[in-house]
Amino acid sequence: MKLRADMIACDGRGLCAEVLPELIVLDDWGFPIITGAVPDDLADQAREAVRICPRLAIRLER
Amino acid sequence: MSWDATEEPWAEPATARLRQQPAAPGSDPGHLPRLLPDGFTADPTSLADHLARYGPPARASGRRQREELIAEVDRAGLAGRGGAGFPTGRKLAAVAERRRAVVVGNGTEGEPISAKDKVLMAQSPHLVLDGAAVAADLVGAAEAIIVAHPAVGDIMAAAAAERKRARMDRARLSVVPAADRFVAGEASAVVHWLERGMPKPKATPQRLSERGLHGRPTLVQNVETLAHLALIARYGAGWFRGVGTRREPGSMLVTVAGAVGDPGVYDVAIGTPVGQVLDLAGGPAGPIGALLIGGYFGSWVDAARAAPLPLSDEGLRAVGAGVGAGLLAALPADSCGLVETARIARYLAAESAGQCGPCVFGLDAIAGQLERLADGRGADLAKLSRWIGQVGAGRGACKHPDGTVGMVASALEAFAGEIDQHRAGWCSGTAGRAGVLPVPSWSQR
Repeated sequence: MKLRADMIACDGRGLCAEVLPELIVLDDWGFPIITGAVPDDLADQAREAVRICPRLAIRLER
Repeated sequence: MSWDATEEPWAEPATARLRQQPAAPGSDPGHLPRLLPDGFTADPTSLADHLARYGPPARASGRRQREELIAEVDRAGLAGRGGAGFPTGRKLAAVAERRRAVVVGNGTEGEPISAKDKVLMAQSPHLVLDGAAVAADLVGAAEAIIVAHPAVGDIMAAAAAERKRARMDRARLSVVPAADRFVAGEASAVVHWLERGMPKPKATPQRLSERGLHGRPTLVQNVETLAHLALIARYGAGWFRGVGTRREPGSMLVTVAGAVGDPGVYDVAIGTPVGQVLDLAGGPAGPIGALLIGGYFGSWVDAARAAPLPLSDEGLRAVGAGVGAGLLAALPADSCGLVETARIARYLAAESAGQCGPCVFGLDAIAGQLERLADGRGADLAKLSRWIGQVGAGRGACKHPDGTVGMVASALEAFAGEIDQHRAGWCSGTAGRAGVLPVPSWSQR
């Protein structure tokens, strides 16, 4: 599975990076950079990152 | 350094071909120009003159004919001429398998330094409209909309009206003026402009070929691509491949700008050495330091390194460049590449659609560092290169940030010597120019 951030929707709250620091880091302006595909053992955290985004900007894709 | 035709091996007499006597383009694949009129013309080519030169337009009706012509386009190896270079045959096939398709001819040409689409539409409007009609036939569209730069909107509309009176086309052809913004030419922004009058890229995960204008399968093709399509439909793949390289066949329109004797738009065979293309445009007007190749999303390359290379993606790869939207801009040796880069980056930052954070904040920050580099205050190069990596990582809704930082990265390499000079308090920009390449300011709009 892969995470995808919709940069039009995102306004850089940064919650995703707090929930999933293994796969999401923030750039110098606080917007997420997704660093890789989601391994099985991080699937639950990835779903949490999708759920917690107040802008509904993160999606999980097959 | 200067280019002297007597000493440089690549400066063969390439002009001979361009100045040939007019001939029926279909009979001689090597004849150039293909898309623009032979010789100077002040007026757009009329429908009668157009038909006299190229012969009657090709028509594809029925499923079998359509499939055959799409296969012919594939064999021709036509790639999009708007900058991305996507294979046209594949795009046609993707849209053709769906119902209720619509064709959009993209003549937005928002890049201030590029003129090739405007010149094509101003001089050969019917070739573009032929191509739009062929594309509509191929994907089964009832309608083709040409989004034309405002400067040539009237010419295109008059040509479309002329065809309607002559009952030339099965599909309904219409012309809509484009938004005069840099990002307005991005394919999804063109669709957004037609739908809602907002020339901004969309973040839809779906492809336009599946779900584009008003949810319909949409074929968005650059207007030059359509013009080539019109000729492939008439004369076939073999004719099309009569010039160009094996991997990148055909001819392309190139805007030659900056310090050359005769800046303008030239119809050249892909693979023609860069130095020869400059010679077609009158040759360098004085010593040249660097070339911006491909456009404002292109690459800065040292002029002497670039001159012998073929103007093709394959040929330019060695110097990290590509043909992009067909642009060569020559920077005089007595102007400063860092100043030019900072001006272009600032313009592109202002031209962000303002939708994605990394583009809005990142490009502004990068332009700020480049301005410090250009005016001698000194920049934080480590920060600059980190930002280039972050902003150019394909994260936005469109490629505006990626294209911009690609150009900036090429400048840091091509002008590394200039960066050292600036550090020492010197600058190559001795001509006292405020800037060479055009960057429209908001006050001029």
